[in-house]
Amino acid sequence: MTTPTTDAPAVREEVLEAVGLTKHFPVSRRLGSLLTRTRPTVHAVDDVHLTLRRGQVTALVGESGSGKSTVARLLAQLYPRTAGTVRLHGEPVTVRGGRPFRAYARRVQLIFQDPFASLNPVHTVRYHLTRALRIHGNAGRTAADLDAALAKLLERVSLTPAERYLDKFPHELSGGQRQRVAIARALGADPDVLLADEPVSMLDVSIRLGVLNLLRDLKERLHLAILYITHDIASARYFADETLVMYAGRLVEGGGSETVTQSPAHPYTRLLIDSAPDPDRITGDAVAAGRERGDGEPPSLIRPPAGCRFHPRCPAAMPRCTTDLPPRLEVGDRPDHWAACWLYDPATVAAAREVNR
Amino acid sequence: MSEPVLEIRKLCVDYGLGDEAVHAVRDVDLTLHRGEVLGLAGESGSGKSTLAYGLTRLLPPPGVISGGEVIYHPVDGPPVDVLSLSPARLRDFRWAETSIVFQGAMNSLNPVHKVSTQLLDVIRAHEPGTTRAARLARARDLLRLVGIAADRLDSYPHQLSGGMRQRVMIAMALALEPQVVIMDEPTTALDVVMQRQILGQLAELRERLGFAVLFITHDLSLLVEFSDRIAIMYGGRIVEEAPAGELYRRALHPYTDGLLHSFPALRGPRRELTGIPGSPPDLRAMPTGCAFHPRCPRAFTPCDAELPLLGPPGDDDPGRAVACWLHPAAAAVPR
Ligand SMILES: Nc1ncnc2c1ncn2[C@@H]1O[C@H](COP(=O)(O)OP(=O)(O)OP(=O)(O)O)[C@@H](O)[C@H]1O
Ligand SMILES: Nc1ncnc2c1ncn2[C@@H]1O[C@H](COP(=O)(O)OP(=O)(O)OP(=O)(O)O)[C@@H](O)[C@H]1O
Ligand code: SF4
Ligand SMILES: [Mg+2]
Ligand SMILES: [Mg+2]
Repeated sequence: MTTPTTDAPAVREEVLEAVGLTKHFPVSRRLGSLLTRTRPTVHAVDDVHLTLRRGQVTALVGESGSGKSTVARLLAQLYPRTAGTVRLHGEPVTVRGGRPFRAYARRVQLIFQDPFASLNPVHTVRYHLTRALRIHGNAGRTAADLDAALAKLLERVSLTPAERYLDKFPHELSGGQRQRVAIARALGADPDVLLADEPVSMLDVSIRLGVLNLLRDLKERLHLAILYITHDIASARYFADETLVMYAGRLVEGGGSETVTQSPAHPYTRLLIDSAPDPDRITGDAVAAGRERGDGEPPSLIRPPAGCRFHPRCPAAMPRCTTDLPPRLEVGDRPDHWAACWLYDPATVAAAREVNR
Repeated sequence: MSEPVLEIRKLCVDYGLGDEAVHAVRDVDLTLHRGEVLGLAGESGSGKSTLAYGLTRLLPPPGVISGGEVIYHPVDGPPVDVLSLSPARLRDFRWAETSIVFQGAMNSLNPVHKVSTQLLDVIRAHEPGTTRAARLARARDLLRLVGIAADRLDSYPHQLSGGMRQRVMIAMALALEPQVVIMDEPTTALDVVMQRQILGQLAELRERLGFAVLFITHDLSLLVEFSDRIAIMYGGRIVEEAPAGELYRRALHPYTDGLLHSFPALRGPRRELTGIPGSPPDLRAMPTGCAFHPRCPRAFTPCDAELPLLGPPGDDDPGRAVACWLHPAAAAVPR
């Protein structure tokens, strides 16, 4: 019998859950492939399982093009799924447009990757926020209600006093201020879930910290469930409770953020961590170091590699890796730390040693 | 150090005219040498993009160059004053000698054309005599360089992820084989593995083709690793310039020091992040003296009244320059 220790993280209420989430985009048939019968597709997302919990930040990190934004869009129900289930508060939901979509969007809000493109340049901050409040029925009855709601939204994202910002156009705001407005607009729906797609990657360091602290504050004060998509794994360490790593359309590792960043288990995560800019490794050698690690090319997602999708680049690949898809395996150092990698299956490792003998 | 390829002297750029003018770039002196990577870092709004657009004369209105000069040294032939080129010569200069990857370039691909069409057009314009097959092979090579599988050549921009679009723009800039490559935040949407790979490719190409790179970013940690020299910009001015390693080991300007301490660290113990307190200066109402003094933890008597000028900090520091009263030798240099 095990009794829960006090320092074990409390298991929080599940808010949004994805089971077997899959998205294949059809692409035009090149002349060369007229001979094949099936229409080629981009395997953007395959069999993704994840759970967002109340008052918790889950980071999704991974390679450019690995499917992170697609996961966010699927969770926001902006694309139809190829397969899989999305559950909100335990209920399976599928919505396409119209009133049901608006009702869903009231609970689940997406903040887009690009703060330069996400606000309409011809409208003021007031217009953007008022619209968000109205659509979701949070504007109140009177003009005074609306003003109060607007002030409260801006205060939540630390743009105070509100009057200084309400009548500004997007181009009159700095990048960080624009991103705060985008977050305020999402909060206008009073959602349970915030899907933040690279909310800070276009912002510089000093502003970046402010936006990340804001997200942490929203999690703590409003108990939002937050999906934080980023390619900056160091920021995941600082701001996320849990970190998931994606490679070529699949989740390959997951666990507590400190565990995943300090003891990465999957060879791709290790490559990612090793590649983080390290000023102590100064000029020139960096390039050579990259070549030695043999960090090859990202795979085609139209014809993804069989077995483990990372095997063509993996320095530890074993025979089985080229044929069989690795399931989630427990790493064993911490509870809830898993990797989809055959290195964590003792039988496979033993068999590979036999072959090499 | 090798010979200069681009010299910027006392460049000033304003937005607007007269009393309304915002002085976004002030008295900037900067030299790019043949074959080097010069990093330019600084907070949002410090004038990095304005400097890049000013020196290629691509400033959007109401931007105007209000002073200074930009001298380009071709591989053969006499130096050229870029700011006084006729429109026709300017087009040649831009096309044949420089290429720029704009900030936010991932949104500047034409949405109605396939990536292949756009890339092939650029290659054809640059190398008119080639066959279609040769151009296609080159397009594939360029995409491989930036880590995109050749089977994505026929994608439309909306079918690519944000980072993939950014990489296509980098491939296009390299297609021109220029002498000077200016990259304004080219890798902000990329994961570190990809960043490292692209910067590695860039360094290799540079060795082979000998072009120089002006690399603009707010990610100082990236610059420290990949550039030869780094210039730091604050409030429209260059406030420090040094070889990359020295800047990292011993930042002289308190602003540089603050920038170096604003990154979450991936390795080692988790430390509280301080960032830089206060907010960037308002260009319409610049502080007197050193523009950084209201935020500077080490400000003292002369800082709020007198402007420190960029100059060498002392005899023992060749190749460095700083504009800060903590290093008064700098300010003593006459203009
Ligand atoms: N509409 C579409 N049609 C075809 N392919 C698409 C479409 N949208 C995305 N893709 C492909 O799906 C894959 C995943 O894209 P996604 O935008 O989810 O990546 P990402 O992980 O967010 O990358 P980044 O970090 O660069 O933003 C990419 O290969 C992309 O080209
Ligand atoms: N069209 C314009 N009209 C007036 N001011 C402008 C205009 N464009 C830029 N500015 C101002 O000039 C200053 C410098 O802007 P610039 O875009 O060069 O900064 P940057 O260093 O590239 O910042 P970032 O890191 O955010 O890209 C900013 O304060 C900006 O507000
Ligand atoms: S499963 Fe095999 S190929 Fe994939 S990461 Fe693990 S060791 Fe490498
Ligand atoms: Mg994305
Ligand atoms: Mg800029």
